[in-house]
Amino acid sequence: MQLKQISIAAIASAMLVLAPVTAYSQNTTVPQGVRLGLNYTLGTKPGVLVLPLDSIGGDSVRAILQRDIDYDDRATIVTLDDSTVRGMIPKTGDAYNYPLFAKLGVVAILRPERSLTGINITMYDVAAKKRVQIGGFPLLDKVNSPAWRLSVHRASDEVERWIFGTSGAAATRVLYSGGDKQIWVIDSDGENATKLTSVTLAMSPAWNPDGTRFVFCGFTPDGSQIAGYSFVTGDLHWLSGTARGLNITPAYAPDGRTIAYASGREGGTDILVMQEGDASPSRRITVGKGSDNTSPSFSPDGRQIAFMSGRAGHPEVYTMDADGTNPSLLTEFTYGEQAYRASPDWAPDGRRIAYESRIDGSFQIMTIDMRDRSTKQYTSDGQNEDPSWAPDSRHMVFSSTRTGPRQLWVLDAESGRMRQLTHAPGARLAAWSPILKP
Amino acid sequence: MVTDSQTLTFEPMHPRHTILAVVALALAAGCHKPPVALGPAPMSGAADSLNPARADSIARANAARQAELARAQAEQDSLRAVRDREQREAAQNADAMKVLAATIYYDFDRADLTEAARSLLLAKVPVLQAKPNIRIRITGHTDDRGASEYNLALGLRRAAEAKAFLVNNGIDASRLTITSMGAEQPAVQGDNEEAWSRNRRSEFEPISGGANQ
Repeated sequence: MQLKQISIAAIASAMLVLAPVTAYSQNTTVPQGVRLGLNYTLGTKPGVLVLPLDSIGGDSVRAILQRDIDYDDRATIVTLDDSTVRGMIPKTGDAYNYPLFAKLGVVAILRPERSLTGINITMYDVAAKKRVQIGGFPLLDKVNSPAWRLSVHRASDEVERWIFGTSGAAATRVLYSGGDKQIWVIDSDGENATKLTSVTLAMSPAWNPDGTRFVFCGFTPDGSQIAGYSFVTGDLHWLSGTARGLNITPAYAPDGRTIAYASGREGGTDILVMQEGDASPSRRITVGKGSDNTSPSFSPDGRQIAFMSGRAGHPEVYTMDADGTNPSLLTEFTYGEQAYRASPDWAPDGRRIAYESRIDGSFQIMTIDMRDRSTKQYTSDGQNEDPSWAPDSRHMVFSSTRTGPRQLWVLDAESGRMRQLTHAPGARLAAWSPILKP
Repeated sequence: MVTDSQTLTFEPMHPRHTILAVVALALAAGCHKPPVALGPAPMSGAADSLNPARADSIARANAARQAELARAQAEQDSLRAVRDREQREAAQNADAMKVLAATIYYDFDRADLTEAARSLLLAKVPVLQAKPNIRIRITGHTDDRGASEYNLALGLRRAAEAKAFLVNNGIDASRLTITSMGAEQPAVQGDNEEAWSRNRRSEFEPISGGANQ
């Protein structure tokens, strides 16, 4: 876990002296000769301390909460050694030594406790010196099963909402095309990588808005078709409304029924739309006139589509109305420059579109602000492609060769912090889920 | 049947009996189709000592035998000729199929045909014309640089360019189907121009009528 670490050794040694003296009364006097050695800077990120939970799976609950809060990138997890932190828990009631916690940089204390159906979590505001939130969270299935872990992730997201007013994005999963060219899914914290398909070749998965299904492009000897998979039934089927030929890059509209995808013929590749469950022929919404138009991504209100097109002679990102009218170049066109911009993904809050752009021969992750068209580059090492936003509109998952074989990485668009999500080579074309319900 | 008390003795055959035996042999020889590998021919000297009828019979038997030999030889020659022709045609067909299956290559991020690609496509035209039942699947490929989804579209454009060239040179469009694998099936692994240049290609695969037509 990558944390802004407090010098544990310094803290621990300080606490060994402090513990018997203070006994967690409200006495904050530091004995002479003892210095609390904090050798880190919190900055603007508040410190959060998660107390231990003594029950079956308690260590896992605490570890998941800590990791989710850390991966959320809005708080700093304060870590103390186990005996020290246990000594700081009052035997009864809420009589925490708040000033001491404040000196350690803790803003919020989270205390998980076992309940009949799962866990209760109590949050203490160190500055206000009082309990401010308590919530019950049922834990499903067996300890450390995927469903159980997802339950704990939901608790993490709710705790984030307590602290920051907006939910985290821990209770999510990421679909991707694995090195074996099949569709896989992995939890947002990198656990439970699971293969979902066994077809000739599968790529470009895309979630439906409620996270119960996804569509992808599957290859047959005569081309490729759009296929659907249900997490509820485990059913995998070809979508009957798909055109013949090469059919790729499907994407759900926010209505959860309309699917846009690219379909290639001799006259070029255009974007079509169809209704899931309706065998009526798909309707073409781009007129590429021999160019290639692929990778549609709906705006959150469903009224516009971002897509990539080679209509200007090289791949660029465009937007158009959802019915195909008013296409316009999104990214800046520089005369004489053979730019290569591709794989747009519209952020769930609608404010930015992420895409990949070739810069000095390598692909890098960029965003463009939808209000002022300002762009920002996030990566510079290796080939970085296929960005997909998390539901918090803050994090992105993308594929990168920065450490050698292509892997999925998660990027915090606010801080620029990155973490590796997958560890089997060849992962790419990721799609981050919406918040997943029980 | 020979009993213990009987003695086996040899008595010269009566001339009439001898003639009958020879005729019987000759008739038997005429009715029976000998195998291709035949035994030694009757001694002509023996016939000299026979009467004319018997000699004629032996001659006819010899003539029949010679005719059969000639017929068997002709049969063998014919079979050899057929086999040779089949081998020659198979070799020609293999050469034709090799021409038909020859891969063409492209420049980076381009779908238009190079001069080399045009030459290879032109060579396919007479083969396709000589084999009107053959149908071809053209699969476009790309190197692994660029967006993998966009590469699928680029691969299709490459296959479409190849098809358009063949159609413009007289091949019925309905005999040619196109598809793309983008960068998903590289011919060569590698992260260098040598590998990339061999992966930017269109492949040609007979999907029907490819055997000796």
